[in-house]
Order: sequence, then C-alpha cells, then structure tokens
Amino acid sequence: MRSLFDRLFGRSDKSTKDVAKNRLRFVLMHDRADISAPMMDQIRQEILAVLSKYVDIDEQALDVSVERVDGGVVLAASIPILRVNAK
Amino acid sequence: MADSNSRVIVITSGKGGVGKTTTTANIGVALSHHLGEKVALIDADIGLRNLDLALGLENRIVYDIVDVVEGRAKLRQALIKSKSNQNLALLPAAQTRDKSAVSPSQMIQIIQELQEEGYTYILIDCPAGIEQGFRNATAGATEAIVVTNPEMSSVRDADRIIGLLEAQELHSPYLIVNRLRPKMVKQQEMLAVEDVQDVLGSNVRLLGVIPEDEVIITSTNRGEPAALLEGNLAGQAYRNIARRLKGETVPFLNLDEKTGFFDRIKSIFGGKR
Ligand SMILES: Nc1ncnc2c1ncn2[C@@H]1O[C@H](COP(=O)(O)OP(=O)(O)OP(=O)(O)O)[C@@H](O)[C@H]1O
Ligand SMILES: [Mg+2]
Repeated sequence: MRSLFDRLFGRSDKSTKDVAKNRLRFVLMHDRADISAPMMDQIRQEILAVLSKYVDIDEQALDVSVERVDGGVVLAASIPILRVNAK
Repeated sequence: MADSNSRVIVITSGKGGVGKTTTTANIGVALSHHLGEKVALIDADIGLRNLDLALGLENRIVYDIVDVVEGRAKLRQALIKSKSNQNLALLPAAQTRDKSAVSPSQMIQIIQELQEEGYTYILIDCPAGIEQGFRNATAGATEAIVVTNPEMSSVRDADRIIGLLEAQELHSPYLIVNRLRPKMVKQQEMLAVEDVQDVLGSNVRLLGVIPEDEVIITSTNRGEPAALLEGNLAGQAYRNIARRLKGETVPFLNLDEKTGFFDRIKSIFGGKR
C-alpha cells in the first residue's frame, strides 16, 4: 500500500511518464464522451455482469475505452474470453 | 473550390505556445526553398502577429489581411515576397484589430484567390484557442496539422482540437510532436512519441518529431527559420516533414544524438546504447 504522503504527492515506483499517460487516458475519456471515471466503472461492471452469463471473462484484462475515429467517438470494449460457458 | 492542385493546410494546436508559428515558418521555407513549391503563408493570428518575425519579414509589411478584407489593398499588394526566395509569400495578420475583423467566408475567398495566383501550398498559422480565430483559420483548409508538446495539457488540448477538426470535416489530421527531449524520454520522465500517439488514437498521422533545440530560438532571433540552416536536428526534422507532406517516405530521425562522449566511445567499440 502506498502511504498517504506518496499518494498526495504522486510518488510511486511508476515513472512519471506512465503516470502522465494514465492520467491523460482518463481525462480524455471524460473530454471525449463526457463519461466520468465512476460512470466508466459502472459501465465496466454492467458489461461484465451481462457477458458473464454466457462466457468466462478475464476481468483483469477487460478494457473499456473511448476512442476517436474518423467520423466521431466510439466506446470500445476489449473483452478477453477465457472460455464459453457450457449451457 | 478552385480547380487547382494546391493544398490548403492549417497548423493548429489548441494550446498556445506549442510551436505553431515556428512550424508554419519552417515548413514554409522547406517547401519553397528546398522543394521548389510556390508557398503562401497566412498569419491568421489577428491581433498577435508573429509569423512575420519568424520569417524576418517584419520590416516589409505595408498592408495586412484586414486591409485586404476591407478593400484597402489588393491581395497581391499585401503579400510579402521573401527577397532570398521568390517562391515564398506571407500574408501578414493585422496587429491592431481582433479576430472578428475577418470572417470564415472572407478567409475562403482569400484562399481561392491565392490558388488562382498559382500557389501550390497554402499554410495557415492558426491562433491558440477554439473560438472565432480557430474557425477562421480552419474555414478554407482541406488538411490539418496538429502541433503538440509531449506534455499533458498540450496533448489534452490537441485531442480537443482533433474533435473540433473532425466536426469541420478535417479528418485524420497530421501530428507533429514538438520540443521532445530525448534524454527525458529515455529516463521515462517524458511522454514518448508513441505514448502521445497511443493516447490520441490511430486516426492521427505522425508527420514528424522536433527536438527541443536552442537553434529554434537563435534562428527565430535572426528571422531565419532553422530549416534554412544546415547541421541542426530541428531544421533537418522540418525539412523531412516537408518531404513527407509531399508524399515521400522519409525515415524518422534519431534524435538521440546528443549523448555523452563516453556513450559515443562505447558505441564505436560496439557497446550497446
Ligand atoms: N523545438 C523547439 N525548441 C526550442 N524552442 C522552441 C521549439 N519550438 C518552439 N520553441 C519556442 O517556443 C516559443 C513559442 O513558439 P511559437 O511562437 O512557434 O508557438 P505558437 O504555438 O505559435 O504560439 P501562440 O499560440 O502564441 O501563437 C517560441 O519562443 C519558440 O522559439
Ligand atoms: Mg503563433
């Protein structure tokens, strides 16, 4: 666990570049689609809930992002499947 | 649109001070001086005229873009030709007016006239911000270059601008990453070009990378863009950008040259860097 001091002053073993990149990812998600971090978390949870009915999902690797493409903004989810549930 | 093959490219960024004017001047001289194109540069930063300084043309200004729009001068009278390079012309911004002195349709009109004059490249130096100045500068453009620094707020603003360009049908903009510090990137203390690309997404096309370089400051001091000078990385990077714009495939420069003496010795003797 990082100490409160570390968290407040952003000290960690991560390089500052990685910190910047992560922070940027989140802020752009919000800028692009007006989706807040808590809302994104909820989207993740609900996608998981629905899909888990049918397939086993690698929860750690589930990645939901908001990306710019020509023509607008898309919500992209990359959902690694461990195996399809037997019916 | 005029029936010419000319390309109309806006250089923009959202955030101020990231290198739009420097980039416009350098690509302009590289295209005209080195590649023989007939280039017109439009300073669309009305009220904050700067492109004239970057090109060393500030003493030659008689009329400006607002004089043209308001009918006090013909476009040809306002265009300043570089003495050393007849292929390069500047349409200066007005210094004493504001962005509302020109409208998007007037901008389009000016661009059409420049196309009729036979300019093959028309580069527009956009002001910072996302308001009227941005709308004017992008109105007549058919392509866009987004300049960013490898730094959070600049990348964030670039992303915003990419969205606004999209709304104006300026798809898949080019990206220039300016003021990169290879040493900091190596130490993982600065976003690398790949990180910037990752974050901005795959619809931006990397056009080039300019290192942080004192020559940009000294060359601007002299009013002689770095692309005109041999033996510096920033100028070389801008010349390469001009060639890529023309469709050539030019490998990206290794900016990591300013390594220490011992690193160089090591690499001579086959040590890994
Ligand atoms: N690669 C670089 N290395 C060092 N200095 C640079 C570099 N690029 C730009 N600069 C310096 O940064 C400053 C701002 O550059 P410039 O005027 O081109 O930015 P701009 O985006 O046009 O700014 P504005 O938004 O105010 O129009 C200038 O002093 C310039 O010399
Ligand atoms: Mg400028």
